[in-house]
Amino acid sequence: MQVKAQIHLEGVSHSYLTADGRLPVLKDFSLSVQKGGFTAVVGPSGCGKSTLTRLIAGLIRPDKGEIYLAGEKVTSPRPTVGMAFQNPVMLEWRSVLKNVTLPLEIVAPRKPWQKRKERARELLRMVSLVDFEDKRPSELSGGMRQRVSLCRALVHNPEVLVLDEPFGALDAFTREELWQVMRSLRKEEAFTCVLITHDLRESVFLSDEVVVLSDRPAEIQHVAKVPFGENRKLSDLYTGESTELLAGLRNQIEVAQGNAKEPQ
Amino acid sequence: MSQSRVNEVLRRILAPTIAMVVLLVLWEWLVWYKGWPNYKMASPSDLWPAFWKFRGLFFELGWDTLWRTVAGLAISIVVGTLLGMVMGFSRIAREALYPILVGFNAIPKATVVPVVALMLIGLHDLNTVLIAFLISFFPIAVSVSIGLSTLEPEYRDILRSLGASKFTIFIKIALPKTLPEFFGALKVAVTLAFIGTNLMEIVEPHGRGLGHLFDSGKISADYPLMFAVLIALAVLGIFLYYVVIVLERIFAGWAERE
Ligand SMILES: Nc1ncnc2c1ncn2[C@@H]1O[C@H](COP(=O)(O)OP(=O)(O)O)[C@@H](O)[C@H]1O
Ligand SMILES: [Mg+2]
Repeated sequence: MQVKAQIHLEGVSHSYLTADGRLPVLKDFSLSVQKGGFTAVVGPSGCGKSTLTRLIAGLIRPDKGEIYLAGEKVTSPRPTVGMAFQNPVMLEWRSVLKNVTLPLEIVAPRKPWQKRKERARELLRMVSLVDFEDKRPSELSGGMRQRVSLCRALVHNPEVLVLDEPFGALDAFTREELWQVMRSLRKEEAFTCVLITHDLRESVFLSDEVVVLSDRPAEIQHVAKVPFGENRKLSDLYTGESTELLAGLRNQIEVAQGNAKEPQ
Repeated sequence: MSQSRVNEVLRRILAPTIAMVVLLVLWEWLVWYKGWPNYKMASPSDLWPAFWKFRGLFFELGWDTLWRTVAGLAISIVVGTLLGMVMGFSRIAREALYPILVGFNAIPKATVVPVVALMLIGLHDLNTVLIAFLISFFPIAVSVSIGLSTLEPEYRDILRSLGASKFTIFIKIALPKTLPEFFGALKVAVTLAFIGTNLMEIVEPHGRGLGHLFDSGKISADYPLMFAVLIALAVLGIFLYYVVIVLERIFAGWAERE
């Protein structure tokens, strides 16, 4: 089969074995993200968003269906993926710099230390943390830790970036700062991204396409194209066009949660 | 030196010194006032002569106590860490082993001492090391298993998503992450191992070690000797404890909060 998209899921089903039997989480799920694309996934809590990220990363195998990254079938984790989570876990015994270089120890163990350091510094500079490279993670704020976590996810130049609610635990202003950091990272780095979020504005500001999932077992309920270009500003979120888009998405979420029946 | 610095020094050095001196003076005074002879009670001024008289034995037997404790503790660390790893990584192993360990730990170790002493009669070194081990591995096993089983899944996933092996994840993340808990348990274990060693040395006939010296003092009602042994044991115990503290600073100092 010819698969052109960078990320491609085809008829994927996944269920978990629980005490009460099988819990179907994804059913006949298909999704494609083109190379360089940025897709945001929103949906009710517990519908299977994190499961989706773990399937793409090859951390779990689907019961049915296929997952392709750059046309290759995913059967196990691969070094062309970078991940960041809501909980930006750090190796507290290492400096910030050495936290960022961690993936290179697995992916490129032969790469000289000088090169690793340069790459990590380049990323830390992009997220304005270059002065913090020798600090311990315990000295950083939540927003800073998440910046470091993004650098760690990108340090090995992954083709695919998988973000599972990375900004979910941050306060509103810090979150908006991180959105801008994320946009500038996207300008500098070549990656294809799937972002899980529960913040509709975040999904619109960061992505090209917002996918709304239904309740469990998750199916794609709605897809919205984001009409903004490369150079978007936070104030774009408050234009009429954007408000309309957000209202539509909000309604789709209500439908997904089962609170409303008629999508507009 | 600033005023606050002076106060700090006063508080940290002078205060405990004064407390110690007051205590010793009261003790000395009590023995003198009551007119207790040496076979009833020792006074602080008797301790140094008692130590000096038997100084050769103190060092020789002190060495026995020290190495037996350290050997028992070393076995504890190996066995405790392995058990902790098995229980930390496998839920089935944890559910199977935990009740046994808790049950074993609930047995007062003073009762195990004569059992072991009788079973392996004459093998003083082995007996003592064995008790030091048996009494001290539990906290290590429990803390390592808790440390490993409560590792947030994200820690595993950041490396696993890159295709890292279980072994790599253990070495790079799980092991260092568990070190603070491990040293917390080691501080308890070192004290327990030391107690185990001494219990066995006291109980065993014709044994060696400071416990044996204490027992000799007891048999001849030589209170100055017994108290001198107690002080020597305290010194040795503090020494062992601080060795663990220093190791903790070196290997898990990052976990300290200001
Ligand atoms: N390892 C697991 N075993 C059993 N059930 C799980 C497991 N992981 C997730 N689930 C369940 O699957 C559903 C989807 O989980 P998840 O993908 O984490 O949802 P989301 O990220 O959208 O909130 C939830 O109901 C969750 O309880
Ligand atoms: Mg989730």
